[in-house]
Amino acid sequence: MNMKIRDVDANLILDESHQMQHEGYRLMQICATRAEIPDPSAAAGEGGETATIPAYEIIYTFGMGLLMENLKVTIPQTQSIISITSAYPCAFLYENEMHDLFGVEIRMINLDYRGTLYRTSVKAPFKD
Amino acid sequence: MAAKSVIPFGPQHPVLPEPIHLDLVMEDEHVVEAIPSIGFVHRGLEKLVEKKDFQEMVYVAERICGICSLGHGLGYCDAVEHLMDLEIPERAKFLRVIWSEMSRIHSHLLWLGLLADAFGFESLHMQAWRIREQVLDMFEESTGGRVIFSVMKIGGQRRDVPQDMLKSFLERFERMEEEVKVIARTFMDDAAVQSRLKGIGVLSADQAEALGCTGPFLRASGVARDIRSTGYSAYGDVHVEPITGTVGDSYARCDVRIREIFQSFEIIREAVGKIPEGPVEVPVKGFPSGEYMTRIEQPRGEALYYVKANGKKFIERMRVRTPTFANLPGLVEMLKGCELADVPILILTIDPCISCTER
Repeated sequence: MNMKIRDVDANLILDESHQMQHEGYRLMQICATRAEIPDPSAAAGEGGETATIPAYEIIYTFGMGLLMENLKVTIPQTQSIISITSAYPCAFLYENEMHDLFGVEIRMINLDYRGTLYRTSVKAPFKD
Repeated sequence: MAAKSVIPFGPQHPVLPEPIHLDLVMEDEHVVEAIPSIGFVHRGLEKLVEKKDFQEMVYVAERICGICSLGHGLGYCDAVEHLMDLEIPERAKFLRVIWSEMSRIHSHLLWLGLLADAFGFESLHMQAWRIREQVLDMFEESTGGRVIFSVMKIGGQRRDVPQDMLKSFLERFERMEEEVKVIARTFMDDAAVQSRLKGIGVLSADQAEALGCTGPFLRASGVARDIRSTGYSAYGDVHVEPITGTVGDSYARCDVRIREIFQSFEIIREAVGKIPEGPVEVPVKGFPSGEYMTRIEQPRGEALYYVKANGKKFIERMRVRTPTFANLPGLVEMLKGCELADVPILILTIDPCISCTER
């Protein structure tokens, strides 16, 4: 049994977050996962297979009472994403964690530790 | 206006058994801002999914923390069982409830002892921990372990608990309950204790909800949310009512945890009365596929377990969102305006578990 996840465009995640906040949802967690997505710049091979590029899947979990709602954003690893701390100030810990463990670039975090939340000997150890 | 100064608090401090650091921005004796730093001992256990197969990962999950060990194993197993559409036997579900509530009792007693130690009430600290030892004895008898139990497995439990042992536990819990009542009176009625807790570190229900707080920390502010109400494992077959406070101060957090201990005694009694005979595990075939997020109510609050798998022996991603991680923004907010002398007690009142946070 899989959980229900709604895919959201990366450019809309801040609007979606504000909407969730307006509706009374709380932020439960944000987490990143490594993924691969089709390379938009590559043509399909002879067998129909397409080249892929490394990406991140970022899952935002919101809750209201005992309800749980998951939104998923998929971005290439080279792309950054906007912070949702303007909607949920407590998101700063999750976003700094994603940056330090996976190397996800996040813009405009209200409290940006700039890679010092986790003192890891390897930079972004979960990226590869 | 007084000049601002910054006082570093932690990562080594007598009140902190585990490392966390706060930069306290002070005006005279009052905190105006607190900036937390964690990550001193981050272990990266979640990445071990690349080297341990999905069954072996149960052992890793159980070792995230020595206090919440059982819950972490349960949460991970529950997520994988959902992915594999495994329906575990009823007896295993009830055993999970009984052990979970035993964990809650020993965790809250541990916290009460630490709190008493923090404000210098040593005999109360020792009494709380003396009572707690009895729960660890029962864990040892029923699971073989006092800290890490290794009884959880995908598809049920590794071992059963004989019915006569469960009944003997009930008798011992009855005696324990009387002992907890004695120390509870001291925690709730003693003037010295009240002076350290009442009106200190108030967090309103709106603030607690907006900052994503969870567990007794949230409920003490008046928000009635307890994930056991979703009915996971056999919680749907026992009576669970969220225990709440109203004031949202340190005293209310202490009160909520004490009442939760008594609630856990009740739940264990009900579960032992209802537990059916039968097997405690089902066979597991194949490998998990898909993604699932489950949540359970750990002693410190709601914990989330996310698992993503692709039908292979090794799952792709395991993520644990621990209650302390969610409670840190609430802690930072609560510290604003408090006196420096209250900071150690206030940090304790969220019952921080850095071992979980540094998974």
